[in-house]
Amino acid sequence: MQQSFDLRRFVNRDANLFQLFVVTALIFVLMTALNPDKFLRIYNFESMSFIAPELGLLSIAMMLSMLTGGIDLSLVGIANLSGILAGLFFHAMGGEHGPGLANLPLGWVAVGVAITIGTGLLAGAVNGLLITKLHITPMLATIGSAQIYVGLSLVLTGGPAVVGFPGWWDAIGNARVLGIALPLVLFLVLAGLVALVLTRTPLGIDLFLIGSGSKAARFAGIRMDRAVFASYVAGGVLASIAGILLSGRVNAAKADYGTTYVLEAILISVLGGTNPSGGKATVLGVAVALLGLMMLSSGFQLLRFSNFLVDFIWGAFLLIVIAINAIRSRTR
Amino acid sequence: MRRPPRFSNGSYRMPPPLIELRHVSKHFAGVKALDDVSLSIAPGEIHCLAGENGSGKSTIIKVISGVYQPDGGEILIDGASVHALTPISAIAHGVQVIFQDFSLFGNLTVAENLALSTELRERRNVVSWRHVRAVAEEAVSRLGVHLDLDADLDRLPTSGRQLVAIARALMSDARLLIMDEPTTALTSKEVEALFTLVRDIQSRGISIVFVSHKMREMLEISERITVLRNGRVVGGGPTREWNETSITRAMTGHDLSREPYRWTKPAGEVTPRLEIKDLGVPGLYSGANLTVYPGEIVGLSGLLGAGRTEFALTLFGMQPSYHGSIRIDGKEVRLASVQDAIAQGIVYVPEDRLGEGLFLNQTINRNLLASSYGDLARYGFIDFTQARARATAMIEGMQIVTPTGERPVIELSGGNQQRVVIGRWLMNDARILVLNGPTVGVDVGSKAGIHHKIHDLAVTHGIAVLMISDDVPELVGNCSRIVLMHRGRFTEDLSTSEVTEAMVADKLKALV
Amino acid sequence: MSALLRRSETVIFLVLVAAIVVIGLIRPEAWELANLFSLLRANVITGIMALGVLTVMISGGFDVSFPYFAMAAMYITLLGMLATGYSGVVLPFIVATLIGLLLGVLNGFLVYYLRMIPLIATLGSGAMVRGFLLGAIGTANINIDRMPPALIKFASLHLVKLTEPDGTTIELSAMVLIYLALALVVHLVLNHTMIGRGVFAVGGDREAARRAGFDVRRITYFIYCLAGALAGFAGLLYVSMSWLANPRDLAGSELDVIAAVVLGGASIFGGRGSVLGTMLGVFMLVLVNNSLIILHVSTTWQRVAVGAIIIVATGVTAWRDRKRAAYRKQTA
Repeated sequence: MQQSFDLRRFVNRDANLFQLFVVTALIFVLMTALNPDKFLRIYNFESMSFIAPELGLLSIAMMLSMLTGGIDLSLVGIANLSGILAGLFFHAMGGEHGPGLANLPLGWVAVGVAITIGTGLLAGAVNGLLITKLHITPMLATIGSAQIYVGLSLVLTGGPAVVGFPGWWDAIGNARVLGIALPLVLFLVLAGLVALVLTRTPLGIDLFLIGSGSKAARFAGIRMDRAVFASYVAGGVLASIAGILLSGRVNAAKADYGTTYVLEAILISVLGGTNPSGGKATVLGVAVALLGLMMLSSGFQLLRFSNFLVDFIWGAFLLIVIAINAIRSRTR
Repeated sequence: MRRPPRFSNGSYRMPPPLIELRHVSKHFAGVKALDDVSLSIAPGEIHCLAGENGSGKSTIIKVISGVYQPDGGEILIDGASVHALTPISAIAHGVQVIFQDFSLFGNLTVAENLALSTELRERRNVVSWRHVRAVAEEAVSRLGVHLDLDADLDRLPTSGRQLVAIARALMSDARLLIMDEPTTALTSKEVEALFTLVRDIQSRGISIVFVSHKMREMLEISERITVLRNGRVVGGGPTREWNETSITRAMTGHDLSREPYRWTKPAGEVTPRLEIKDLGVPGLYSGANLTVYPGEIVGLSGLLGAGRTEFALTLFGMQPSYHGSIRIDGKEVRLASVQDAIAQGIVYVPEDRLGEGLFLNQTINRNLLASSYGDLARYGFIDFTQARARATAMIEGMQIVTPTGERPVIELSGGNQQRVVIGRWLMNDARILVLNGPTVGVDVGSKAGIHHKIHDLAVTHGIAVLMISDDVPELVGNCSRIVLMHRGRFTEDLSTSEVTEAMVADKLKALV
Repeated sequence: MSALLRRSETVIFLVLVAAIVVIGLIRPEAWELANLFSLLRANVITGIMALGVLTVMISGGFDVSFPYFAMAAMYITLLGMLATGYSGVVLPFIVATLIGLLLGVLNGFLVYYLRMIPLIATLGSGAMVRGFLLGAIGTANINIDRMPPALIKFASLHLVKLTEPDGTTIELSAMVLIYLALALVVHLVLNHTMIGRGVFAVGGDREAARRAGFDVRRITYFIYCLAGALAGFAGLLYVSMSWLANPRDLAGSELDVIAAVVLGGASIFGGRGSVLGTMLGVFMLVLVNNSLIILHVSTTWQRVAVGAIIIVATGVTAWRDRKRAAYRKQTA
């Protein structure tokens, strides 16, 4: 598309997105002001860049499910299950701990990656089938499937974490590429890919249309089942990659890691402009929302706020932003 | 009819109009919705408010029912000026509006729906189900109909729900009943039943205002007419002084030529575009036989539920479990999915334009291109330049009135929206065009335009057209043949060169 | 008669009876009074919260904040009691209920005045309350030795007390009565008061409800305040029954409760649902856990079982709804 970047058109086209940019910029300013010495440190942003991507991938997966008017509440369950399956595989190959595990060759680690992504594919496919073939409404289908994935995780581990992953695996969560955190690179690449598919391919546009009007989409001859199924499979894969990042970063996988991630992914997705009823979403919005919220929590953590208070702030932030949107659209 | 009151000297005086608007005007953000509107409705009168979309009909309803306050002029009820009418005070004056969606609750029972406004009015806190039942039975007997009070409302067909809406309205000492496009979802038989009911209500001294664009019905049921155009009253008076032509002229401001479309079968062997033999779907319809030639327009009508839509949907691949044979251009095809149908060049324009035809929060271009993105993709990516070019060309070709294709489709008028839906399909080499209610909710002026477009498609592109409609003039004016369906079977095949509109209308009414 | 059979409550009831019978045949101890009493007791807390969720769901809304409101109400009340040395029963429950009710006002405001999507609004408010509670008030458990004895005594009241031959006693908790009483109240409100009918009306067609003259504002505040109040009550009752106040216990239970309400036949789209159905749904959920223990299946399978039931139940419902819609189309 030949289109020069027109600031005014950008602003007008999505006032909410622009507002989000402004808000994020304000957060940056505020956090810097509150923590003059510590916030602007490279170290601070670096650690953000290692932690944020897993939540970012989950948020994009959540965005995909909301795009067609559904929701995927099983994403964290998929992430954890994937990590656990890989971990158990590695333990089987290299022992429960020690150099045998830590030095597992790249080949085996690659198999582990394949297992993880395969799990995400399968789990996403199950979600997709429940929704498109059994016609179970997405919220209920993924509540049910979440229980199953979490349940399987519990059965496989008995409860405790699977501790100890190979060095190569941990590198995925902790290494750098040209000085940038590898997780961040992965996130940017995958986010870009999703954005590309959503805006430039028939499948992507179909998802928007399905979310805009499922009846009309049917009558327009859009292959709804295929598109929706694909979006949930994609979500599952993204979730499993998030699982890789998470387990690689903390060197462990557990059935109940990241329980708050589901709600946070919903918050980020909605804050990023996704309409939960479908038909409206942008990857850029989700990314900006992620950035804003990460800066917010980082800043408050630096202020020695309890981790739990960050929850409070996220909740309050979401409500305030939506409230502003609501009030603005009233006065228009 | 109530007797007018006597003067003290014994003579009669005409009672004041029930409701009178004098020089009422209303604007919204600079747009004049009503401009110096004056009209009056007498007690016990059936009055029709005629006009196209945007003529001010719905604004008048909202002014009379207190939802809007006029910016100028005055409203008189029973001859006395009323200030600052609110919905509650309008109801207190006896004004009841029945909107097109009936404002009923599908998840509640019929009885509860009937009693609801009474319960609310009486400001009860505790619900006595015996009382609810008593109110419901009273409502039903007042109307003189029979309804299953215990059924969930959404089990009732549209005509049943309309009865519930009317019954509920009559429960609150209504003196004026305003009905907004009441016959849209009704079959001819049900319309007759409604008219009988309306006349009965009239005999109790209640006035009825019919807001409609269906001229035959307006002429049949109403005693007086007021015609609106662009927020102004452009004509009014006793209905017997009007006919279809004069109403149309007043509503649109110009005459509309109505040359019927006549197609003749060309000489020699011509392969039918569509040949259907013994088509059926268990439980829905059976034994359907139909032949349509290129360039021919065939009409399909009958009662709702006769199977017409299901038959049409079979052609569009939405009833994959059909039996029977379908031949297109002589070749036998199997239509097991919408994609199969589209691949065969069969396209379908649904009756619910807003819900099934359009993506309301998307642009005109997106709506036009919705079915074409697959074709526009090179190596998986959409060629947007070509896409936009195609969309622009289609906007021109379909004569869609809009400054640019990037506007939201919801801004368009009904007629233009319909053109978008049709236009979408024409991007894909349609060979058979199935239209379900093509001009429902479309202004009289736009109707003719759409009909011209359909003729054009049939003639220049040789498309075979199947038109499902309840609008007899539309059927007779466009189709060379009209097929009637009844209870799942094709019952008649009429050639329009041999029948008149009146004959067709009678045949439809005769279907039980 | 066929109308009775078609009601979803009947179906669930039959399924439950069948399940109990089958389990009892496999392991007769399932039918022992001790087990049945324990089963009934387990219904109480989830059931009370489910009543609130049901009311919100019937109106077409959603509430995922209630576990956190419960925790907050419970914790604040207890801390108050400990600080003042108060030793009654009635006042603390009133206070807890009021706290829940006030928190519900926030939800009502967000949903009605700011017109937020209920799922998002309650996600935000729940996060805020959770974060504030855990972050600002503390995460410390209140153990049995510090729990106000009056509360524990109250929650230990029993309706029936039997002594086994071996000297152990089994009791039917009186809290079951409280649950039944609350259920009855909610049922009466929903079915025999105008505001209750208003909840159904708003769930059926919000705009029509407004036009008909229902006070949608009052109804909206009513349902969220009711849900909050019930949650507050349940929160305090929960710790009284379990003799331990861990603020994090109920976290994450929102999806289970919603699943129970849906299993009980309530429509996730609003307009339909019943107290009886919800009670059956809760019973089913509790039965699953109980049965797994009886059948000596590891409790790690519990989640999987719950998930499977949810999927089967919603799948069957979806199938039945599609048949009903198709049937209606045929006879229209």
